[in-house]
Parts: sequence; structure tokens; C-alpha cells
Amino acid sequence: MIVVENLVKTFGGFHAVDGASLTIREGSITGLIGPNGAGKTTLFNVIAGVLEPTSGRVTMAGEDITGLPPHELFHKGLLRTFQIAHEFSSMTCRENLMMVPGNQAGETLWNTWFGRKRIADEERALRAKADEVLEFLTITHLADHKAGQISGGQKKLLELGRTMMVDARIVFLDEVGAGVNRTLLNTIGDAIQRLNRERGYTFVVIEHDMDFIGRLCDPVICMAEGKVLAEGTLDEIKANEQVIEAYLGTGLKNKDQVATA
Amino acid sequence: MDFLNGLVFLTNFVIIPAAAYGAQLALGALGITLVYAILRFSNFAHGDTMALGTGITIKLTAVLVAFGITLGPLPTALLALPVGIAATGVILLVTDWLVYKFYREQKAKPVILVIVSLGVMFVMNGLTRVFFGVRDIQFADGERFLITVRQFRDMTGLDEGLAIRTTQAITLVTAVIVMTALFWFLNKTRTGKSMRAFSDNEDLALLSGIDPDRVVRVTWLLVGALATTAGVLYGLDKSFKAFTYFQLLLPMFAAAIVGGIGNPKGAIVGGFLIAFAEVTVTYPLKKVLTYWLPDSMAPEGLVQLLSGDYKFAVSFIILIIVLLFRPTGLFKGQSI
Ligand SMILES: Nc1ncnc2c1ncn2[C@@H]1O[C@H](COP(=O)(O)OP(=O)(O)OP(=O)(O)O)[C@@H](O)[C@H]1O
Ligand SMILES: [Mg+2]
Repeated sequence: MIVVENLVKTFGGFHAVDGASLTIREGSITGLIGPNGAGKTTLFNVIAGVLEPTSGRVTMAGEDITGLPPHELFHKGLLRTFQIAHEFSSMTCRENLMMVPGNQAGETLWNTWFGRKRIADEERALRAKADEVLEFLTITHLADHKAGQISGGQKKLLELGRTMMVDARIVFLDEVGAGVNRTLLNTIGDAIQRLNRERGYTFVVIEHDMDFIGRLCDPVICMAEGKVLAEGTLDEIKANEQVIEAYLGTGLKNKDQVATA
Repeated sequence: MDFLNGLVFLTNFVIIPAAAYGAQLALGALGITLVYAILRFSNFAHGDTMALGTGITIKLTAVLVAFGITLGPLPTALLALPVGIAATGVILLVTDWLVYKFYREQKAKPVILVIVSLGVMFVMNGLTRVFFGVRDIQFADGERFLITVRQFRDMTGLDEGLAIRTTQAITLVTAVIVMTALFWFLNKTRTGKSMRAFSDNEDLALLSGIDPDRVVRVTWLLVGALATTAGVLYGLDKSFKAFTYFQLLLPMFAAAIVGGIGNPKGAIVGGFLIAFAEVTVTYPLKKVLTYWLPDSMAPEGLVQLLSGDYKFAVSFIILIIVLLFRPTGLFKGQSI
């Protein structure tokens, strides 16, 4: 579905993504793990068109999508969430969700005036859809709250909700579970599985919670220092020497830093 | 009686002119604030955009009048205004395509865009002077007054008179219509909402499938409409002169910033605030106070706080006071 070839992204001489190659199978829920600073978010940003790659290629179903702007990728069915939740702060949660189909709802300046009925119908459908998603995420009571004022965990749910507003093909989730309580995390897990099974979404999930990854993801890809270290089931990954070293390595480095501080 | 006479005098010389001027500033400041909210830079070319749009409208008005088409008691310029707006919109779209688009794609910093807009300002300024000249142009035709001083005196029997010029009434009515339409557009239509979304969080807007090019196009069209309307109303009310429109940049920016730049409500409140302050402190209030205060306290001097030459200082002073106490402007933390 998505093929990433030799992707490099540098920030001033620093290689955040350093020649990563990977393939995401259609219909899979692929886990992406790795120590902090491994380059996972940067990889997402490049794939989703937020950042221009320094070099390398990304294709989706055979079509080259390298460097396409985010809104075009959106219309091709590629969606993502942000690690640090984004929201339209001055709009309500419901309005936030209703924004998602972009300008797609067929509005032109012309039918703003002359196609009022059609637009009203679309608006109603969109609203019903948003309410459905809010209920699914158990945040119906927040529908009319300003999105800028809800909690960090609730913003995460809203992020996930956004991907459910349209028929996506592939969704990149950047730590949707972070800051969300256990019960809700399970709900999110169920949601991901259902969307995957019933609506055929492909998912790529970044998570630090190994239980969550273990429950949902196959395969799991491990990154460190901008490179792909290993790919396989979670158990295979856990047993991989290089992976253990990568995680331990950062652990040791941190300890050293603490010691010298 | 004295109280009423004082009030009528104040209304005639301060309140009505300030309200009309305030509405013109507010419309101008709305254009500045929209560009800031969506394209994220301070558009120094806005005053000259107004001049260009007004100049075009004046030429069209002249053509209409030459063919004997007028609006009767209303200024013919109102008939030419929609075409003037369309032409200005096209000019802004072309300018964006030729100039701003390049810098947007480079992801240039706002300060660079400000300098770029300065360049655009000079070009527009030159074009306005070449095509429409540098002299004062009066282009208000039709009925001059809605109510004259004499009619008012006969009606009320007061000593003081109240005149309402047609252009003042038109300014206020048009401003209300335009502002209502703008808020309706921003809050109720999908395109308007996607503009608000884009202003609120550009990254998220892009990832929600909002087409940035469309948002930018619609923004320029709205800005063209606001600028031309503001410019034509100002020109009808006073007169058209390229340099005056350039000078309007200061009070308009002050209005936008005082209200909280990027916030349309703020631009409107700011516009009226600046206008009222400017007119009040530069008008001799002696007569009003003579009516209102007991004889023993009647003022000796003119009670004109600043001479008219200093009216632009008023914008500065208000700007500084507001920024000292409320650096984000009156309506902080809100955007369109
Ligand atoms: N805009 C940027 N400018 C400079 N350096 C950056 C930028 N974005 C990321 N980096 C650097 O790139 C490296 C990879 O960051 P990235 O956010 O991709 O890590 P991550 O794997 O998502 O980590 P985490 O698990 O903590 O979210 C980090 O060292 C980070 O400091
Ligand atoms: Mg990350």
C-alpha cells in the first residue's frame, strides 16, 4: 500500500530520518516503535506531506506521492493525527469534526447562494456523522464545548474522531493513546480494530505502550536513530539483539547524563 | 432646551461624522485583519488597494454619468461599485499570483511578506497616480442631504440644527450590510468556516483536506470587496485623493491592532474607537460645554484638545495606550 524507499530527512546536518525503507501492507495494522527521538514522528510528517523529504521516495498503491501537500493526500485517503494534539481552538468539538471533509462538501460561492437546500442537507448529514463519532468516542457531552478548552486526553480522542469522519484508506496515528486512561485506551484499540475490519482502513500506529502494540499490531517495525532496525511480530522484535541494544543504549545514555548532570 | 441644543450640536459635528468615519475605518481595518488572520502578514498595500479600487469605481461612474445613467437621489458610484469590487478582486488575485504566491511557497517569514507588501504598495500607488491623477476628485452626485439644518430647525424648533448628509447615511447603511454579510459568511458557510479553520490552525486545516489555494483566493476577493467599499464610501463622504488613502493606513492599522489584529469584531470596535477619539479631540467643544455647563463654568477657550493637523497622532496615542495595558488588543485570544 505504502512503500517508503531510502527516505532521508535532515534538520541542518542532523539526520532525523536516515535512509529508512519500509512497506506497509494494505489492510494491516502496522506498529511503529522505537526509542524517543528515533525519527518516528518525522517519518510520519514526511509521508503526510507536512515536511519535504531531503531525499527518497514515497509511493501509495504504486503512485508517487513524495512531497504532495497534505490536503491532496487527504483527498487520496491518507490521514494522520498529531502527537501533540491539534485542534481548531475557537470552534466546538462538533464543529471541529464537521470541518474534516475540507472544502469537499461541494460548496462554491455560487451555490452558497443558489444551492442552499443541498448545502443544508449536506450539513445535516455531516452533523449526524459528527454526533455519531462523538458518541463512539464517549465524548458526546463535549459536543458544544470549545475544543481549545477540553483536556489533553480528550483532544487525543478528537484527533482520532477526525479520521473517522471520512472514508480513509490509510491512517497514521501518532501516539493516540498517550495521556488517555486505560479504559479509554481499550476503547480506542477496539475502534481501530473495527475500522480496520469493517471499513478496511490500513493503520500505522506509533505507540510506546507495548501491551497496546501487542494487542493490535502485526507487523511491528522498530526504528532507531532514523533507521529501520527490524520488522516482525512483537515477540520477534522483542527478541531482536539490535532492538534490545537500541532501547538499552538510550537507557544507558540517559543514566550517564543523569550521572554527569 | 440647553441640554438638547448641546446634544444636537454634538451629534451634528462629532457623533455623526465620527460614526461615518468610524464605519469607513472599520471596513478598511477588516480587510487588514483578514489578510493578517489568513495570510499572516501586515498588508501595507491596503490603503493603496483602496485607492486603486476607488479610482476604478470613479472612472466607471464617470462613464455611467456620461451615458446619462444615474441613481437619482443616490450617488451613481453605488451602481459602479460592484464592478469596481470585481475589478479590484481580479487585481488582487493577479498580484497574489505574481508576487505573494512565490513567497508563500518559499514559506517566507511574515516580516519578509510585510516588506513585499510595501513593494506592492509602491506599485499600486504609482498605478493609481498614473491612471487617476493626484488631484482631489469629488464624485458624489445625487441628493446632498437627507436632512438639512433648516429642515431640522423647522421640525424641532431648536436653535441648533442637525444635518445628515446622504453619504453619511449611505456609509452607515452599507457598513451594516457589509459587516453582517461578512460575519454570516465566516460563521455560517463552509468556505467561511474553512477560512476560520485555516486561520486557527493551518497544519490541521491542511490535514483536514482544506485547499489552501482556495482559502487564499476567497480571502483576496473578500479583501478586494472590503477595500473598495471602504474607499468608495470614504471618497463619497470626503473626496478622493491618492495620498489621503495612503495616510489612512495608520488609523486603519491602529484600529485593527487596538481591536486585536486577526479578529474582525476587534477591527470594527477599533475603527469606531479611533474615529470617535480622533474627531472628539480635534473638534472645538466650546459650544457644547457652554450649553451644558452652568454659566459660571463656561469655558473660555475653544476646548479643542489637538489641532486638526495632529489628528494622526490620536491613532498613535490610542495604539500605545492599548498596547501598554492590553498587548493583545481589546479582543484578545480570539481569531476569526
Ligand atoms: N523541526 C525540527 N527541527 C530540528 N530537529 C528536529 C525537528 N523535528 C524533529 N527533530 C529531531 O529529530 C529527531 C527525531 O524526532 P522525532 O520527533 O521524529 O522522534 P520520535 O521518534 O517521534 O520521538 P518520540 O517517541 O519522543 O515522539 C529528534 O532528535 C528531534 O530532536
Ligand atoms: Mg514522536
